[in-house]
Amino acid sequence: MAITGGQAIICALEAEGVELVFGYPGGAILPVFDSLRESSKIHYVLVRQEQAAAHAASGYARATGRVGVCMATSGPGATNLITGIATAYMDSIPLVAITGQVAVDLIGRDAFQEVDITGATEPFSKHNYLVKNVNDIPRVIKEAFHIASTGRPGPVLIDIPKDVALSSINFKYPDTVDLKGYKPNYEGHPLQIKKVVKAIKESKKPLICVGGGAILSDAAQEILELAEKVNVPVAMTLMGIGGFPGSHPLNLGLLGIYGTQAANTAVNEADLLLLLGARMGDRATGNLDKFAKKAIIAHIDIDPAEIGKNVEVDIPIVGDLKGIVKEINKLNADKKESNWAEELMAKDRLPAQYVEGKGLDPKEIIQELSKMSNNDMIVATDVGQHQMWTSQYYKVEKPGTFITSGGLGTMGYGLPAAIGAKMSDTEREVLLITGDGSFQMNLTELATAAQENLKMKIILFNNSSLGMVRELQQQSFESRYFSVHMTGNPDFSKIAEAYGLKSIRVTDKKDIKNALKEILESKDGILGEFFINLDVNVVPYREGI
Amino acid sequence: MKHTLAVLVENHAGVLSKVSGLFSRRGFNIDSLAVGITEDPKISRMTIVVDGDEYIVEQVSKQLNKLIDVIKVQDIKEDSVVRELALIKVNATSEIRSEITEIVNIFRAKVVDISKNTMTIEISGDSTKVAAIQNMLQPFGIQEMVRTGAIAIDRGSK
Repeated sequence: MAITGGQAIICALEAEGVELVFGYPGGAILPVFDSLRESSKIHYVLVRQEQAAAHAASGYARATGRVGVCMATSGPGATNLITGIATAYMDSIPLVAITGQVAVDLIGRDAFQEVDITGATEPFSKHNYLVKNVNDIPRVIKEAFHIASTGRPGPVLIDIPKDVALSSINFKYPDTVDLKGYKPNYEGHPLQIKKVVKAIKESKKPLICVGGGAILSDAAQEILELAEKVNVPVAMTLMGIGGFPGSHPLNLGLLGIYGTQAANTAVNEADLLLLLGARMGDRATGNLDKFAKKAIIAHIDIDPAEIGKNVEVDIPIVGDLKGIVKEINKLNADKKESNWAEELMAKDRLPAQYVEGKGLDPKEIIQELSKMSNNDMIVATDVGQHQMWTSQYYKVEKPGTFITSGGLGTMGYGLPAAIGAKMSDTEREVLLITGDGSFQMNLTELATAAQENLKMKIILFNNSSLGMVRELQQQSFESRYFSVHMTGNPDFSKIAEAYGLKSIRVTDKKDIKNALKEILESKDGILGEFFINLDVNVVPYREGI
Repeated sequence: MKHTLAVLVENHAGVLSKVSGLFSRRGFNIDSLAVGITEDPKISRMTIVVDGDEYIVEQVSKQLNKLIDVIKVQDIKEDSVVRELALIKVNATSEIRSEITEIVNIFRAKVVDISKNTMTIEISGDSTKVAAIQNMLQPFGIQEMVRTGAIAIDRGSK
């Protein structure tokens, strides 16, 4: 039976098992929306700006491990998605973004709301399509989901001209894909695996560095087994948080420029460094000339282009982390008796001191929160000081329970991503930790949460400043503060009230615990605003980086 | 150090921009780029000459391989067959035509157009050969010159 291109898209999404679509309508995408309206299997979430649709889809993907789907119209709708697509690309998050486009015969004529979105997203999408023939729709959607979710995951964009969505097609969804140029390698080379095992046996000071690949490949259990069996301490990149239990005695915490003394000392002193699904960005390595100079470096990653890109590698292994660590575990059983791990763990991890001043200590708040919260709760953050404090002091125990924008560092990510995570399972506890700067970038999404009747929990650190930028100006520009004072901030409790959330304001140290308890136990949506000390910085320890 | 890469890609719209965009984005320098279809009309072959050390060439190959539309990247060896094509329009009045024809014969080039005051020479060969005839014709006054990028193929049966 012939159906329209728009109906074909929805049928294809249903065939992929899509249960949620985040989007925003507009002229060119209307034929698709008209079919989406009829779907009984797909729940549609209307956001307040397209960027949030991409972030919400990304939050959903991180919480579930499934492909997140977002939809927008042509032109500004598509360009608003861009930040979300780039955010997902940097953190290897599986996303399918569908955009409307002007009719095929208008393309290239600067038509109303026309923009070359495949051209624009080419540098930061895993792949993209402009579908000019309605008969390509089933194949393209099948390929898009396959590409987004396999190998190293990432965002794929599909641009659909309006007339293509209105044309008719005899719909048949393919079972398989045939992509000559895309065959990710999952099996690690057995000889290379043996080399790693030999290196582990010969090392006296081995160190594991866990990256986001550990979560994407569901390898946390295998990594835990390896670390415990051989007694290897574990450092983490920002994206690796959750890939190894936060409170485990072998966990040294975050490495790099915002990392712990224990993790960074370990990198400097290690004689073997196992990089597990980590792309070794500049925030994690610091000065590359000084990075892990004493170590043999083994790098396991599914993306061959990551190996040797930033850090010179002695033992490269391309493949799926989970399977490879499983193989390593089979081959190696001897436990290290050295006291290397214990020495590291004895180090004061984050020696930064509280600076006297007006306002609460943000670190104390996060530490208290970490003690009080349960392991299943998802914590999403925005970007800035609060994000680093959370990654330093909040103990994340399980993969997929920490959602943050790592590579791109996208302020405004937190609220929509938290909404996406919450939408994946509305029974699940989701807590957003944000700052007054980040929160204002996308706070209109409180309306999306209200429309979906989500009981959002938000901790807002208010220092009426862009704290991280201020910190950088303090350190690198002799405290010449400029463009960091948020003096026009609204009364956030009124904002909360306007969107139907309860709110509490905390200014006194002795109220911290009770406030956190109230937030965690609240059955309603709630915003807890903590007025923090502006003079507390993030940077704990930089020696050797 | 120059490397020649043969890149097999899907023959459809947008692939050239994906490949060339990758070069500028990652800061790689392209010396030349030539594209055409292969024995299989669904597949195009790009011959890309890159200037860079081993690290650069490895990065270029890996990043190219990441593109979904790229089917295969092959590093062409130095002893392979490499050809460029050039068309050179040179000043040639009747008095000096024979002198130019002599140069053309020595290089096994061809005269493909002639007018009262000019001759157009077609030459194919590797870049040194093209440069050599260009040098020889320079004194007569080159009005216009056009060169394709290099195309290359490995020797022997593989």
